[in-house]
Amino acid sequence: MSAKSTPVKKSGAEILIESLIRENVTHLFGYPGGVILGVYDVLFSSPLQHLFVRHEQGGVHAADGYARASGRPGVALVTSGPGATNAVTGIATAYMDSIPLVILTGQVPTQLIGNDAFQEADIVGITRPCVKHSYLVKDVKDVAETIQEAFYIATTGRPGPVLVDLPKDVLTNKTEPRWREKIELRSYNPTYKGHPKQIQRAAEMLAEAERPVVLVGGGVIASNAAEETLELIQATRVPVTCTLMGLGGFPGTHELSLGMLGMHGTYAANLAISHADLILALGARFDDRVTGKVDEFATGAKIIQVDIDPTSISKNVRAHLPIVGDVKNVLRDLLPHVRPGKTDWQAKHQPWLTQVRDWQTEQPLSYKLDAKTIKPQYVVEKIWELSRGEAIICTEVGQNQMWTAQFYKFAHPRSFITSGGLGTMGFGLPAAIGAQVAFPDRLVVDIAGDGSIQMNIQEMMTAVQYRLPVKVVILNNGFLCMVRQWQELFYDKRYSSTCLSCAPDFVKLAEAYGATGLRATRPEEVVPTLERAFATPGPVMVDMRVSPEENVYPMVPAGASLKKMILI
Amino acid sequence: MRHTISVLVENKFGVLARVAGLFSGRGFNIDSLSVAETQDPTASRMTIVTRGDDQIVEQITKQLNKLINVIKVTDFTGEDVVQRELALVRVHASPENRAELLGIVDIFRCKVVDVSPRSYTLEVTGDQNKIEALLEILQPLGIKEVVRSGRAAIARARDSRG
Repeated sequence: MSAKSTPVKKSGAEILIESLIRENVTHLFGYPGGVILGVYDVLFSSPLQHLFVRHEQGGVHAADGYARASGRPGVALVTSGPGATNAVTGIATAYMDSIPLVILTGQVPTQLIGNDAFQEADIVGITRPCVKHSYLVKDVKDVAETIQEAFYIATTGRPGPVLVDLPKDVLTNKTEPRWREKIELRSYNPTYKGHPKQIQRAAEMLAEAERPVVLVGGGVIASNAAEETLELIQATRVPVTCTLMGLGGFPGTHELSLGMLGMHGTYAANLAISHADLILALGARFDDRVTGKVDEFATGAKIIQVDIDPTSISKNVRAHLPIVGDVKNVLRDLLPHVRPGKTDWQAKHQPWLTQVRDWQTEQPLSYKLDAKTIKPQYVVEKIWELSRGEAIICTEVGQNQMWTAQFYKFAHPRSFITSGGLGTMGFGLPAAIGAQVAFPDRLVVDIAGDGSIQMNIQEMMTAVQYRLPVKVVILNNGFLCMVRQWQELFYDKRYSSTCLSCAPDFVKLAEAYGATGLRATRPEEVVPTLERAFATPGPVMVDMRVSPEENVYPMVPAGASLKKMILI
Repeated sequence: MRHTISVLVENKFGVLARVAGLFSGRGFNIDSLSVAETQDPTASRMTIVTRGDDQIVEQITKQLNKLINVIKVTDFTGEDVVQRELALVRVHASPENRAELLGIVDIFRCKVVDVSPRSYTLEVTGDQNKIEALLEILQPLGIKEVVRSGRAAIARARDSRG
């Protein structure tokens, strides 16, 4: 005889935590506050691991780094008002790079919304333009389903951040939770499979082309399509260039890799794309940093654009053959058309490959070594060598970011973690923390600048508290050097507000946080210091004193054609 | 070129703000906008009149489709469509022009919905051309105030004949 079961009522906070567990969330990054205390109380005895960061922006960047490294959605938890507004930069960063995040923000009780209550902010309104979607939950009965929907939206189609605003009373009210078997939205149905006729046409165009180039964008990584991309290239022998977000989507060590293209792309990559007669763009959106002057971009090329988001197709550059779909699926359907040996791809492309090889030998990436001053490019090269190209590398923004993109040859997807679209300084350290949480046993390095590192320096405490052995290597040149480069080239060396010689002692600062601080000032100290940093347990901060006079080359001035690169 | 875009949306909190925000955030213009519930109370219809070349309108349509709560987007421009707008016009009425005014009312099949010693308020429905024509004709008589609605548009039925 069965006992009559009383329906169990749970609070909104309990339902929230249970919903996260049902979504296979294991970690979240957050910072408590008044209205969100109910959730923190439930977290105290839940199996979820919460990392208490030191600034909400750091928390969202950490969830972001976790998502980029692992491919799983990142979760951040913040309180209302200033907690939520502090998260905005992190949300916008994830939005621009299409990263799956669920951001949970506390909110004042429903009856106070709109009253200018204490720590109230219309975060749904503020973030409307920089989220994939957002919710304000007004009834505890909606909590379970909203969380399910939020994860579904964040992780499907073109991924993106989804914000869920949770008023305090909704979190304390109780109800019997009900989760849906399956989430289906009549208004949201991404296209995952490419049209078979378009794919066939793409194969034909590839076979006809004499100077083809494959452009690998962030979509290849989001789609987990690196394997299919490699197979395509092995079969068709087409040279490959990557956007900043695509680095690692195709091995940088492969003989057909041209490196990155665009504003600070390699000479060979920019010339190849400019002289191509066919560009197969995989998950790339033709951002202005990639195209240079749009009217003069690849004028002789037919463009096949594969993207899961229809709005990216023909937005900046006209796609002659658009294929809407998930890159992995499209490549899988394309491969049978190009694999059989009807075309001798190697022989067909030989003249083009020879030309491309000539460009590579004509102007390789280079810099001059110096006996007395450390060159920042040298530091990046040594990091690559010492880590055998197998580390997870995060960067900040500026010269540190560009040299890493140029000199660290990424062999695997999800090993290069950088804020591409928004270009957020201060992203690297917290993102490295998130990546380390996802992969506790891998070497995680943040290559930083002395300007950027100070923007979220407080997260060193998070790294120390949770014993996350991230290695921060500061390319310390005493300047906001990327901006200084622009001022040197375009503003007559008027270094307005770019001198950072008033800086803290980074070694002492690291030690103040309880981390290890190391310094190198001479070229012969670079390798031993890096070796020591990588071998030291726990978080390490390295103050690498590098030359302030180095510029990132090649450089395509803003608004100029890719062919007008400034070389050394 | 002006386009009439009909957007079927989920009737959920914030959806109007999202659509309006999309237009302003990307620099698309809104000439007029009307929105109301449909037969299905969980869905609303927004009719937006916008302006731009083909590439802009293509982007607008795609960006609208991208919004999570947008169910369907139809560009009515060039299609077989019935379009109607409403205008309420307060016109200066004097003994000298009253007869002429009433003649215009008759020709345009408007209604007089308010009368005062010095003004008549007219209600007129029709497509954009009719409304614009009426306003042009009334101009010399002295228009005191005009309030216009957005546009309602519906595709002509494509029932087969015979």
